[in-house]
This record gives sequence, C-alpha cells and structure tokens, in this order.
Amino acid sequence: MFAPAPYFLKDVSVSQVMIQVCIALIPGIAAYAWLIGPAILVQLVIASLAALLAESAMLKIRGKPQALFLSDGSAIVTAWLIALTFPPLAPWWLVALGTVFAIVVAKHLYGGLGQNPFNPAMIAFAVCIVAFPALMSQWPSVGLQMSLLDQMNIILGLAPRVDALAGATPLDALKTALKLSDSNVDIAQLLANQDIFGNFAGRGWEWVAGGYLLGGLWMWQRKLITWHVPVAFIGALVVISGALWLYNPAQFANPLFHLFSGGAMIGAFFIATDPVSGCTTPRGKLIFGAGAGLLAYIIRVFGGYPDGVAFAVLLMNLCAPLIDLLTQPPIFGMKNKA
Amino acid sequence: MLMNLFKFKGGVKPPTNKTQSVTLPIAVAPLPSRLVVPLHQSIGGTPRPVVQAGDKVLKGQLIGEADGWISAAVHAPTSGTVLEVAMHVQPHPSGLDALCVVIEPDGKDEWIAREPLDYASLKPEEVRERLQQSGVVGLGGAVFPTHGKLTPAKTVPMDELVINGAECEPFITCDDLLMRERAEEVVRGIGIFRDLLQPKKVLIGIEDNKPEAAAAMRAAVDALKEPFLVVSVPTLYPAGGAKQLIRVLTGKEVPASKRSTDLGVQCFNVATAYTAWRAIAHGEPVVSRLVTITGNVHEPRNYEVLIGTPMDELLKLATPHPDTDGIIMGGPMMGFLVPQASVPVVKATNCLIAHADRLFPPKAPEMPCIRCGSCAEACPHELQPFEMYWFSRAKNFGKTQEYHIFDCIECGCCSFVCPSRIPLVQYFRFAKSEIWAREREKKASDGAKARFEFKQMREEREKAEKAEKLAKAAAAQAAKKAAEAAAAAAEGNAAEAEAAAPETPAVAVDAQKDAKKATIEAAMARAKAQREAVQPKNIEALKAAQQQEIDQIEARRQAAHLSEAAEPAAAAPASEKTE
Repeated sequence: MFAPAPYFLKDVSVSQVMIQVCIALIPGIAAYAWLIGPAILVQLVIASLAALLAESAMLKIRGKPQALFLSDGSAIVTAWLIALTFPPLAPWWLVALGTVFAIVVAKHLYGGLGQNPFNPAMIAFAVCIVAFPALMSQWPSVGLQMSLLDQMNIILGLAPRVDALAGATPLDALKTALKLSDSNVDIAQLLANQDIFGNFAGRGWEWVAGGYLLGGLWMWQRKLITWHVPVAFIGALVVISGALWLYNPAQFANPLFHLFSGGAMIGAFFIATDPVSGCTTPRGKLIFGAGAGLLAYIIRVFGGYPDGVAFAVLLMNLCAPLIDLLTQPPIFGMKNKA
Repeated sequence: MLMNLFKFKGGVKPPTNKTQSVTLPIAVAPLPSRLVVPLHQSIGGTPRPVVQAGDKVLKGQLIGEADGWISAAVHAPTSGTVLEVAMHVQPHPSGLDALCVVIEPDGKDEWIAREPLDYASLKPEEVRERLQQSGVVGLGGAVFPTHGKLTPAKTVPMDELVINGAECEPFITCDDLLMRERAEEVVRGIGIFRDLLQPKKVLIGIEDNKPEAAAAMRAAVDALKEPFLVVSVPTLYPAGGAKQLIRVLTGKEVPASKRSTDLGVQCFNVATAYTAWRAIAHGEPVVSRLVTITGNVHEPRNYEVLIGTPMDELLKLATPHPDTDGIIMGGPMMGFLVPQASVPVVKATNCLIAHADRLFPPKAPEMPCIRCGSCAEACPHELQPFEMYWFSRAKNFGKTQEYHIFDCIECGCCSFVCPSRIPLVQYFRFAKSEIWAREREKKASDGAKARFEFKQMREEREKAEKAEKLAKAAAAQAAKKAAEAAAAAAEGNAAEAEAAAPETPAVAVDAQKDAKKATIEAAMARAKAQREAVQPKNIEALKAAQQQEIDQIEARRQAAHLSEAAEPAAAAPASEKTE
C-alpha cells in the first residue's frame, strides 16, 4: 500500500524499447532479403531461437523470472544483430554458436540485462571471426542466384558449400585487389570494372546500408537514440576516409564507399548506440562514436580483417566507463564553475 | 506583455488531470467532528503547546507558540474545547506520531478579536513578526516560515521577486481556483512581500494551462495599479519547482549549495501571499487552506478546509467511488499515500487524491537498468540518475554525493520516464537518509569520544590533585609534629608540665578517632543513600512482556488495596499511546 510516488508512469518499458529497435532494423532486413537473398530470414530465425533457448537456460540457472526477462526483447535484438553481421550463408551452427556465446558469456556471465560491459553481438562476431576465419569470410558475390531452398540447404549443411559463395565483401574485394595489383591500378577503375561494386559501394549492400540509415533516423526521431553517436561515428569515418581519399584517390576509396560498406551504418546506428556497453554522457557519446568510427576505418583499411566495426566498438566499450567518468556534464546551477 | 523566457533542461509532460476539479467554485468544508492540529507544521522548531485539555479556545487563538526564529505559530482552527494534547499519527509517509492539539468544535466558529493592521504604518520587522505570529508559512508544499524569507540579503541587491502560481503537479488546482476567485487579495499580499524585499521586478509565473487564473491575476494587477508582470510559462513538469520557475522567469540557476537570495531572487507561492494579506490586513492567522479533492471521486472540487480536519471526513464531501483504497496527499508525482485515512489536513496539504488501481495501475515489476539515459534527459537538475541509482544500490554513498545526490529535488521525472520502472527517487531518498544517519552517528561517536577523553583527563587531574593534597597534608602533619615535638621539648623544661605532657597526645588521638568515625559513618550513609537511589535501575530496561507482568501484579495489588491504588490507576491511561 505504501508504494512511492510517482503514482503514474510514462507508458514505456524495456520490451517496448527493444521491439522498436527490431522494427527499425526491418528496412535493412528487407533490402538484405530482396537484394542479397532470403537466406538472411533463415539466419534471423536460427539466431532468435538460439538466443531465446540460451536466455531461458541462463535465467533458469540464475533463478530469474523467465516470462519477465524472455519478453524483454533484448535477446532478440542481440540475435538479429548477430544474424545481420554474419555471412548470410554461414552454417547454422556458426550463427547459433555465436549467439549462444553472446547470451551466455557476454551477457549472463557478466550479470545479465544491463550489466554487460561489451556489446554481446560484437563479442559473438569477434569470437567467430577469430575461431572460424574461413567460414566468417565466405560472403556471396553479389546476389545469391539460387532458390531459398538451396540457400537453406547450404545453411543447414544439407548441400555442399559451393565455391561460388566463397566470395568476399566489397570491402575485402577492394582491399585484396589493391594489394595484389601493381601500384598504378586506380580505385575508380576497379570499382567500375568489377561486378561486385554498385553505384557507390557494394552492389546490393549499399541499399542494405541505406535501410539501416533509414531505420536509424526513425529511432532518432522516436528518441530511442540521440544524434551524438551516429553523427560522431559517421563524421569521424568521413573525415579520415575523406582526408586519405583527397591525399591519394587512386589508393583510398571515397567516404561514400566506406559509409555504405560493411558494418558502418548498422554500427553507427544500432551497435555503437547500445546504451549498456556504450557511453551515456553527451560528450562521452561523441567521443565514443568518433573513436569507434576512426578505429573501424583504421582496422578495415590497414588491418588484417575485412571490416573493423566489431573490434572498433569492443575497443571503445573498454574505454566507455573512463570516458563517462571524465565527461560528466555540469549540473543545474553549477555551469559557471569550470 | 512579452518577455524573454528561459528554459530549464529536462522535465516531463504527465497527463494533467486538472479539468475535473475546476468546474465548481471553491466550497467551504463543513466543521468536522473534531480537529487534530499538529504543532509541527512548518520547517524549523516545533511550536510549544500553550493550551491544556479542557481549555476553551476561540477560532484563531494561539495554541502553539513559535519556537525560535525559524518556526511559526499554530492556532485553533475553530472555537471549541481542547480534548487533549497528545501524540497522533501524522500525514507523513513514515507514519510516525507527533504532538497534536485535539479540539472538539462547539459549532459556533467564533473568532478571537481580530486586529487588522495597516501594514504601511508598520516597521518591516513588525510585519515579519506579525507573519510569524500568524503562522504564515510557504503553502506550496515546503512550509518554510515566510517571515524568514522576507529579509533582503545585505550584500546582493534584490532583482526579482518570483511569485509561483505555476502549479505544475497533475490533479492539483487549488492555486488555480485561488487565483481565479481571490486574485485581488493575492496581489495585495504580493504587495507586502514587494515592500519588504524591494525587488526591481515582480514576476508572477502561471503555467499556460491556466488561462483563467492568469486573466484574473492580470485584471487584479491592473485594478490595483501594481507594476507586476503576470507571465504565462510553458506547461512542463516541474515548472512549478521554485528553482525551475526562477530559471524560466529570470534565467538564473540556483544550485543546492546556495540560497536564491544570494542570486538576488526570492520566490513565494500565491497561496502564501494570500494568507500573508489575510494575516496583516484582517488579523486572521492561518487556520484553513484550499485543498483540491479529486481522483477516484464522484465530484472533484476545491474546498476551504480547516487545518486539522481528518482526511477521511473531508474525502467524503467529494463522494469517493467504492473501490477507493487510499488517499494520496499532494500530487501523483511527489505526493504520498497517507499512513491512515484519518490523519489531519495540515498547512502543507494542497491536494487529496482518492487512490484506486483503476486510476493508478499497479507498477509493472522492476527491471534492471539498461542505462538508456532517459532519466538523465528528464532530470530538471541535469543529474545522472542512473549513476546515482547504481551507487545507491551498491550503498556506495560517497559516490552518490560525487554525483550530486543532494541536488536532487525528488520531483519524480526520472522514475516517470524509466522503461525499467525503477523507483529511482526511492533509491535516492534511501541514500540521502543513510548519509544523514551516518553523519549523525559520526557526530555522536565523535561526541562520545570527546566526552571519554575529557573524563579521562579529569580523572587524571583529580588523581594528581588528590596526590598533591595528600602530599601537602603529610607535609603539614610532619611540620605540625615537628612543631609539637619542639613545643613539648620546650615544655619539658617546666616540671609542672611533665604530668600533663603524656595526656595531651591521648586527647588529640581521641578527637582524631571521633572525627574519623564520624567521616566513615557519613560516607556509609551517603553510600546507602546512593544505593537506594540507584536501586530502581533494574526495572528500567524492561521488555514488553516483563512490563506487562509487572502491570498485572500492580493491578492485583491495586485491586487488593483499592483506596491506595486510586491515584496510580488514574494516572496510567495518560501515558498510554493511542494505537
């Protein structure tokens, strides 16, 4: 009876937040399924099932209420981000393994919802790319010219993994081409000649990135995220890629290519904005976003991995508590004191 | 008139629910069957009761005398008989008792001789004293004694006097109705404050969801030819918080560590201005206030209510629906469920909301914090509630202070927006009270340590003094003996003295013995007296069961010796607590 005030609350809940994040992913997923292949839908289902099972088991072990936490939607968001960042034809067990690792180790062993210092989906990606580098690098070249059934069979291991799908991401393709060719090869030429590249980035993939951008803007409009992280992430990526592109346009791709390739857009709007593992102060978010954008570029261009978003976000996760501590905003009435 | 308004960060927009209670004019609540008037109704010292059970009192008669400067007098709300001066449950979430004067109304509602004053002829300190004697306190909810806020700072010029008619909490409309119906007297009261504080500007802030009140206030300001500005401020909870309203109207931000007068601003509630005017110009102390009765009731309305009216009696006037299961005092954002329905209306009671699950659905289970930052965005003091929550939960209270927990005004915005439905304010109250308790403990232990050290020092000093005394006495004795021996030697020369000589020491020894005996007897008597005085100690720290047993034995004893027992039996009920 002695419940404390306030006696009525805004109609918000963790599940509502998570459901809206899932809705915001739909434009990107739609473009993915349409242009790359419906295999992604299968992966989303596999990841979701694996996430819910792992979540349920961990809740049981930890003695937490099942219904309350299974319905919060956080496991589904993690699962979807994993499915969307893994290769679309990755074997089912790889996606499931990554997801289970994310939920069990990266989330629950650190204390569950709200306690994880690292983004669970990015932990899954990092673990799998280190443990299974070959499988994690098999990206279909352009769209998957096969039926949904064939795609499913490959995912489920019922059909042999054909050479055709052992392609590379546009980012990887560009990097390899630049490395293999002699120094007088021009990036503009490469982009124009190869089938894998579209209007300004990877064929098909550029529209998937566009879908994430659309969903991200919707989340911003709904106040699920603030502008700080995406703007800082994209800004840093544009500045560093633009500077190097201006310095040597033959060897460095332009900012637009980088923005719409790989995990840049999904990273800027959906991964680096994770409040649990990211920064929370306005200035902290700017530093976090810019750091992630910068590191992502450095890793994807100069590092050994095809893309750098996952490692960039994880590295910034490490710094988040310190950044937050050092960027506490002045409070009401204390702004004049330095 | 147009003026540049400022914004405060954060704030929320809960559904206002104000329209229900503004359709009917203010009504006067009928006399209740009895009035329970708490003596402590303002910040500061608890007024001393000046009446006893059985006294006849008139309406407005002093019943509690202000204790110190920051304290305000308390008066009988109607004429009648004092039934008792005793402990009763307070309208406070703690449910604790406090001293109250209980009055049975005689139905005549007969005033004391009221003494209207022309305040223009009074000195400022006389006005302040009159306000204190009349029990004028801040009626916005903080109940700070008003006279204590009416002395301008010596060093900082008073720029703005802010009058708070914002009334930002949902459901509450008592200030709205007051301004609509009694604007002239409110404006006259503001005139008193203005004359005492001499500000450059007077700004009356009213949320823009109360256009009728603002119009009435403007009309009154014009009619009285006062240069006050009536300003409509955007409806955004908590715009009616003193610091938020000061920010909106003047752009100044008052931190927790400062008083608003340090920045040249002072702020009063409209209802406070009204009661100040009634006290000065009509000689009426604060014995009633406007209370909004709303929520799960058939006929929400504002009532003029006598202080001390039991809430359940009052709520009946608005006919609560049958599923009403509690009373919230104050608004839904900062109010609280009263510990029992019969607690009295006090000067801080601006609103009673009949509670029902239909209106205020039970909260969904608390989830872990996901650090979404909604609370930080909603906080009008720009704090980081989720960090303070984290450290409050971990009982790391030092850290909560680093995150400025004492700047939190407990407005409830953070709890309101939290998607994990964490009762954040509750955690902050817990942390604050723990910090206070620890400080008290530290003070107490420091005090105990100081006392112990002083005692040790005193004992040592006494020992030293005693030793010195003894040494002195021994030396004196030795000197005396030497002198006596010398004298005896001198006397020894005289033959007549030979016989007397051995006798003298014997007499002296006897006298010494008697004195010693007397001292010992006296000491024994003292010790006996002390023992007797100490003896009752073993019945001091009694358990309830033991006390009960003793009481039963006493009762039996009394039954056996009725005549002897009459007196203690009569005294017993007075010490009993009302359960």
